[in-house]
Amino acid sequence: MRQRQAIALLALVGLFVALYLWLYKIGIIGTLQCGVGACEQVQTSRYADLFGVPVAFYGVVGYAVLLTVALLGLRPRLLAERRVTLALAALATVGVVVSLYLTYLELFVIHAICRWCVGSAVIVTAIWVVALSAVRRSM
Amino acid sequence: MKGFYYLLGVVAIGSGVALWYEAQRPAGTAPAGSPTPVAATDGFRGFTLGSDTARVEVTEYSDLECPFCAQFATVQMPVIREQLIATGRVRWRFRDFPLPGHQYSRYAALVAQCAGEQGRFWEMHDQLFFHHQWAQTGKNPRGLFRSFARDAGLDLAKYDACVDAQRYAGRIQASVEEGTALGVNGTPTFFINGRRYQGRSTSDAFKAAVDSLTKSRK
Repeated sequence: MRQRQAIALLALVGLFVALYLWLYKIGIIGTLQCGVGACEQVQTSRYADLFGVPVAFYGVVGYAVLLTVALLGLRPRLLAERRVTLALAALATVGVVVSLYLTYLELFVIHAICRWCVGSAVIVTAIWVVALSAVRRSM
Repeated sequence: MKGFYYLLGVVAIGSGVALWYEAQRPAGTAPAGSPTPVAATDGFRGFTLGSDTARVEVTEYSDLECPFCAQFATVQMPVIREQLIATGRVRWRFRDFPLPGHQYSRYAALVAQCAGEQGRFWEMHDQLFFHHQWAQTGKNPRGLFRSFARDAGLDLAKYDACVDAQRYAGRIQASVEEGTALGVNGTPTFFINGRRYQGRSTSDAFKAAVDSLTKSRK
């Protein structure tokens, strides 16, 4: 239960990070609070869109799905359901792989770092670690 | 369990408020608010489309943030380009006339000029007009314009240097002063062969005006 709560909480924070980047991409938010880093350079690069949709939007959807599954998994009749644990681990694995690829693009192709993207990568990695530990416990 | 949902609610509300605040926050370095260097005109007469030998020249004073200009550019202009400009009958000249009431129109004019420096003024013109939702949000469009610049095929390093230096602010101011001297007080305003055009802003009306001018010269 603790793991699902942690995943829900992390997914909620990740959801807002992705939402922030997406709202910037569609012009609702004017400038990114970036501090050290080059968020605008990353967010306006050609890698910030995939199939005509901002990458941040995929993040919003991904975190929303993780949050929903984690919250559903907290319902009493699903608490012992192993499939929820496996679904969370699978979703988090997809998130980590995508984040790894995006971080690679930042470091070696765009040559700029967006701290919000790094934040999202850290969050999804934390979700992945928690989800894997839940899988191990369920075995 | 109750404590967990309480914590989740606090995080959700806190993050939501922070996002809302960010969306309301005026842009820190609003490009439109930057001081404009006084008209250091380089004799620039505006970007043109069409044949240099066309007998009719239409000069358009336009504001890239103006909704009527956007409507004209997206609805009427494609037909005018096809029927009058591509056929060599008309040369179209674009002059900047950013209206003072529009927060980002001068900045938009600046980025279009910087695109023009790389030979892609009309591509940027189309990006700005065909994705005109930026003019309705009231938010700093700096990042969005950079995306437009990329889509228009610009070298972004050169674009950034040009925009940050406000390289063509003088040209824009000179264009405004020229328009004001000609009596322009709204956008879009058109002149056909130097005479103010008072007709409707439709492709049919322009075609009729051009037809009558070319017939009278035959």
